[in-house]
Amino acid sequence: MSVSDPRDTARRPTRQPLPRSTVALAGLLLVIPLVALAIVPVYARSNPHLWGFPFFYWYQFVWVFVTAAFTYGAYLVVRRARRDSGGR
Amino acid sequence: MTLASGAGGGVHSVELGVVIFFFLIVTLGGFIAVRWKRATSMKSLDEWGLGGRGFGTWVTWFLLGGDLYTAYTFVAVPAAMFATGAVSGFFAVPYTIVVYPLIFIFMPRLWSVSQRRGYVTPADFVRGRYDSRLLALAVALTGIVATMPYIALQLVGIQAVLDTMGIGGTGNAFVRDLPLIVAFAVLAAYTYTSGLRAPALIAFVKDGLIYLVIVVAVVWIGVKIGYGGVFDAAQAKMAKTKGATFIPASSTYWAYGTLAFGSALALFMYPHSVTGVLSSRSRDVIRRNAAILPTYSLMLGLLALLGFAAIAEKTTVIGQDGKPNSQLVVPHLFQQIFPAWFAGVAFAAIAIGALVPAAIMSIAAANLFTRNIYREFLVSDASPEHEARVAKITSLVVKFGALLFVLGMDRQNAINLQLLGGVWILQTIVAIVAGLYTRWLHRWALLVGWAAAIVYGTTVAYHQASATTKHFGSSLAYFPFTHTKVYIAVTGLLLNLVIAIVGTVVLRLVNAPAGTDATESDDYYAEQPSAAVTREAATEIAGG
Repeated sequence: MSVSDPRDTARRPTRQPLPRSTVALAGLLLVIPLVALAIVPVYARSNPHLWGFPFFYWYQFVWVFVTAAFTYGAYLVVRRARRDSGGR
Repeated sequence: MTLASGAGGGVHSVELGVVIFFFLIVTLGGFIAVRWKRATSMKSLDEWGLGGRGFGTWVTWFLLGGDLYTAYTFVAVPAAMFATGAVSGFFAVPYTIVVYPLIFIFMPRLWSVSQRRGYVTPADFVRGRYDSRLLALAVALTGIVATMPYIALQLVGIQAVLDTMGIGGTGNAFVRDLPLIVAFAVLAAYTYTSGLRAPALIAFVKDGLIYLVIVVAVVWIGVKIGYGGVFDAAQAKMAKTKGATFIPASSTYWAYGTLAFGSALALFMYPHSVTGVLSSRSRDVIRRNAAILPTYSLMLGLLALLGFAAIAEKTTVIGQDGKPNSQLVVPHLFQQIFPAWFAGVAFAAIAIGALVPAAIMSIAAANLFTRNIYREFLVSDASPEHEARVAKITSLVVKFGALLFVLGMDRQNAINLQLLGGVWILQTIVAIVAGLYTRWLHRWALLVGWAAAIVYGTTVAYHQASATTKHFGSSLAYFPFTHTKVYIAVTGLLLNLVIAIVGTVVLRLVNAPAGTDATESDDYYAEQPSAAVTREAATEIAGG
């Protein structure tokens, strides 16, 4: 495998853009947390409480976990698409 | 002994002993790191400044975690929660959540093009992409200037710990500052010899200690006070404090949101974040890390709550100098609730937590100076070995500059400048992130947009008064023509974008020369090149 020639056909599959459906799914997984934390007026409230935490605080703690899971999901989606297309 | 006098009543020797013990371990690790991961020589920036570009998932996790979540964060976020509540403190949680989807999206492209073209700094990329030495210089200078006060603030973190242990305050100025000077001299020495490998190795110790301390503190609060009591106490205090927020109200929604998103965008433009990302082995390492780094955000959120716990525990924040200083709240709380030996462990975690980012920041600033100022404008034929030598010396200069800054100037100045640093560094995002996707924006328009936003942000920040300072009192200001306060950096970014776009349209109409793009579209997808090829290329460059 050579890296010296940029037009080397052997490496073509790894450099092809990902299928549109993959990009859409991964993008959705990544955008949802951004939206969830951008809507400050929706989560800036104190009820319902959870274990003594006002809603405002536990909501954001929950999104730490959800974002981690979604980001990992996006990673798996991208990796699978690349394997299917013959890349690494 | 002069050291023993002061409001705290003497030096806490058990705590100090534990801190010194961990400091010695870390020092040893810092020097051993030079042999770690088969470094054959430290004679190139790839090796000294990027750890050989070979860090895997776990090392990168510790390195970036140690890098992004600094001692100052650990001290300042709970301090802000303690003093004024959510808008100035808790925004750090959404901020450090939204940063990871953003890193997932943008950073693999920067990694690929840097790997393919041998770029060490973000300014290298800008230079290659836009064929503009001036724009690259702007990006490099912004990075260096924004990083310097950040390094200084790490020292402020160490000072908070020293003060709590009874060192500092009164007495001879030299004796008072000696521990800080020694700590920094030792740090400078092993960063000089081991480069990025030193903080990468030390980060393991730092993060291990921090996690341990947080878990213990969280359990302790749950059992001893209960979280309901913590929030009740905080709510009561915030209701009485002017300008404080327990939960943002309609007047502060935009402030909260723009602080979170603006800071997230700024975070990965900082040179030390880019250095951490570029030192990783592959695109997948970056993506996996975007998924596992939020563990640190969880920890940061819990730490933030310690500020509220301190309210419930009625922790006092009077320093050795007899003046109240909310930065002392976390060390004082630890001292109050933990036995001396464990408080020592917690203090060691904070102190070492300052050394890791300080080392990476000084390396990142040194890389920028070497590549984008020294080689670009002074000695254009510098060999890799020559570059590494210059960078090592620069890292020393940068660290001692930060030390002088903290010892010689008011602490408030470092905090002000760090606030400005965030405003400034965000303005480099247009050239860098837009450049990862399109070459449409014109280099001159980008330069003008950058300059306008820097001037705007600096002026507006200068005019913000607070109860304690006349200038730079807040990172929030009214959005032009409205009565809504937003993060100054975000307003600056909008101005920057508008100028870049309008300017590009105009410059294209008059056919202004756009320069040659040194990158190809392939470069942005490049996976890791095979290890053999990289090593071959490295020996070739080093040998030739």
